[in-house]
Amino acid sequence: MSPPPATLTAPLMAARLVITRDLMLAFRRPEQLLQPLAFFVLVTMLFPLSVSPERTTLRVIAPGVLWVAALLAALLALDFLFRDDAQDGTLEQYALSGQSLTWLLLGKTAAHWVLTGVPLSVMAPLMGYTLGVPASASVGIMLTVALGSLALSFIGSIGAALTLGARRGGVLLAILILPLAAPILIFGSRATELAIRGEAYLAPMELLGAIVVLSFTLAPLAAAAAVRISLE
Amino acid sequence: MTWTWFHRLGSPPYVYRLAGRLTPWFGWSAGVLILAGLVGGLVLAPPDYQQGDGFRIIYVHAPTAWLSLMIYTWMGVAAAVGLIWRIKVSHAVAAACAPVGASFTAVALATGSLFGKPMWGTWWVWTPRLTSELLLLFLYMGYMGLRASFDDTQRADRASAVLAVVGIVNVPIVHYSVVWWNDLHQASSLSLAGKDTIATSMLVPLLVSLLGFTLYFGAIVLVRLRGEILRRERATDWIREALA
Repeated sequence: MSPPPATLTAPLMAARLVITRDLMLAFRRPEQLLQPLAFFVLVTMLFPLSVSPERTTLRVIAPGVLWVAALLAALLALDFLFRDDAQDGTLEQYALSGQSLTWLLLGKTAAHWVLTGVPLSVMAPLMGYTLGVPASASVGIMLTVALGSLALSFIGSIGAALTLGARRGGVLLAILILPLAAPILIFGSRATELAIRGEAYLAPMELLGAIVVLSFTLAPLAAAAAVRISLE
Repeated sequence: MTWTWFHRLGSPPYVYRLAGRLTPWFGWSAGVLILAGLVGGLVLAPPDYQQGDGFRIIYVHAPTAWLSLMIYTWMGVAAAVGLIWRIKVSHAVAAACAPVGASFTAVALATGSLFGKPMWGTWWVWTPRLTSELLLLFLYMGYMGLRASFDDTQRADRASAVLAVVGIVNVPIVHYSVVWWNDLHQASSLSLAGKDTIATSMLVPLLVSLLGFTLYFGAIVLVRLRGEILRRERATDWIREALA
């Protein structure tokens, strides 16, 4: 491998290159993009089918339904985060590249959020609308799901990295991540509920933002440590 | 000042023998204190003016709930020490802690719901405190599940150590959930600063019981630690000599 040009050695540049690469790969294989979205719609659909098709009932449970469905879809999508790159050896090359693995994983996770979190947050108000949520809440729902899925991508990256070398990764990943994701769910669904009721939802959004900052700064470090362990 | 005492703690043979010597001390003092705490709490302390005799479950519930949190912290610190300085004994301590902590968490949940039935009229309410305790149980389960999914002990050690350190973030959330959300759960009876909201005749047995259960945890972990060390060092000569 030829050494990277000197101008690209800055960690931010490396992270940007990883983001570009991951986005390009994902747009060439759109099933990674579409499957979590389809899963999100399907899970949301289970509630009218199982609880009641009444709009008044659905409107009450809408914040919880949206968040549980988004959380499960994001959890499912975490499987895409490292799996392919671990199998074809890309992760190993990242670890050996001399670049900071933390920054590279930060880029990978950010790209993952663009590919799963952003589409989910665009889809969430639409699904909310089918549950009887007024269209005026769309922006609020979009913002909360976007912020929450960002935090979840980062926290989830730790779990995805830890289960790389493990047997039976799938269920284990859920058990590892869901307890840690509980605060995101609490504040996220609270913010969504307030947005639906047309009230100020800034307070839970700020707590959600605090979780994002915490996970954004710390999770890539833990994920990098976990990736190194899985490569041993 | 010499640090040899500290460095020796990284040596499996030394810790194996030390744990063996310390276990009876922890075990017997735990037995005496738990017995004293239970007699004080179940017999000597007066019934609560509101809750009657029902409150007496606190003498088991509070120590186990306290330990469920303390053991997780302890486990996280041991795991971090093992991860940073690559001390095998530290990883063994963390591994020995997890099942004990999970059991205490389960006991805290069970006694909590036993208390809830007469006091709140239901076995389970989704209060943040109970929910957090349940989440703690799942954190322990995740830790043990991750550990079990690796065949190689060293990889299991290091991967689960990362998880334990990450999980530590959850411990303050559990603790402050009482402050953050107003709910059915009683506010804490104990506080280091300020006036305690519990009579001395009830408090003393509680503290005795707390200390007793903590020492009991120490004894159990020492026994389990010896087991862990035996398993990890089974190929070495000193084990054969120690068991001969």
